[in-house]
Amino acid sequence: MSEDLSKLVRREDCHPADVLAAIPFARFLGVYVELAGDELTAHLPFHDKLIGNPMIPALHGGVIGAFMEITAMAQLAFSEKFDHIPKPIDVTIQYLRSGKPVHTYARAVLNRVGRTVANVEVSAWQEQKHHPIATLQAHFLIG
Amino acid sequence: MSQPPFSNMFAEIVGHTPFMKAIGVHYVGTGPDGVTLALPYRDDLVGDPETRVLSSGVVTALLDNTCGMAVWDRVNEFKPLATLDLRIDYMRPAMPDNELKATARCYKLTRSVGFVRAFAYEVSPDDPVAAAQAAFIISNPALRAKA
Repeated sequence: MSEDLSKLVRREDCHPADVLAAIPFARFLGVYVELAGDELTAHLPFHDKLIGNPMIPALHGGVIGAFMEITAMAQLAFSEKFDHIPKPIDVTIQYLRSGKPVHTYARAVLNRVGRTVANVEVSAWQEQKHHPIATLQAHFLIG
Repeated sequence: MSQPPFSNMFAEIVGHTPFMKAIGVHYVGTGPDGVTLALPYRDDLVGDPETRVLSSGVVTALLDNTCGMAVWDRVNEFKPLATLDLRIDYMRPAMPDNELKATARCYKLTRSVGFVRAFAYEVSPDDPVAAAQAAFIISNPALRAKA
């Protein structure tokens, strides 16, 4: 059994992989993280169940959105220490290209982490990092 | 004799959308308030096991799908749709063990864009878990061929 999320995010040596392992829906999607020094990349391996439109076929827009939200939370938990798990206040998703049935990556940038609110930006891509399939802007309640 | 509404197909369409099937979403109905889908509570869709609240990503996926179907209801025929953007405000956590519903209404349709508003809730849209605002591009093969 994995450790409680609230305990995890308080720990100094909080590893983002432990955070994802403690989120059932992240496991359901199959999300995992890779760390290169302090740089975090989230991975979403392709699976048939992630399809939204079987005719194209394309990843479900909600899957891409959920993946980017999870990436933002993993980055927040990795970079900062919190008393509680960051909770999204609002998210805005821009869909730029249709998500192909292949491996998807995402990276988050913390634009600002204040006392109560964090502003996070995420970009998700597949074959080419400079051709993102979607971007996300989110505010998280962290206080 | 008028054609049957496209919403007659919605239950089948949801059943054939792999990710909606994977998270257990089903079609509830279509009315003047829009299109309604529902997601029964499931432990593997939780975001925080301590509180057993659904992951916000699940709410996002449900709202995204419901919004798209609201455009189809308004167009009243099958047209390929692409989500342009989706904004979601999370007002409160979803209640554990409760079915989550989403109702979406396409309040404006132009030739190529559908504008949608939606709410996710357990009992009533007046007490929402989340609110969404989305814009969809409607592919119009006939129009494109003419151009």
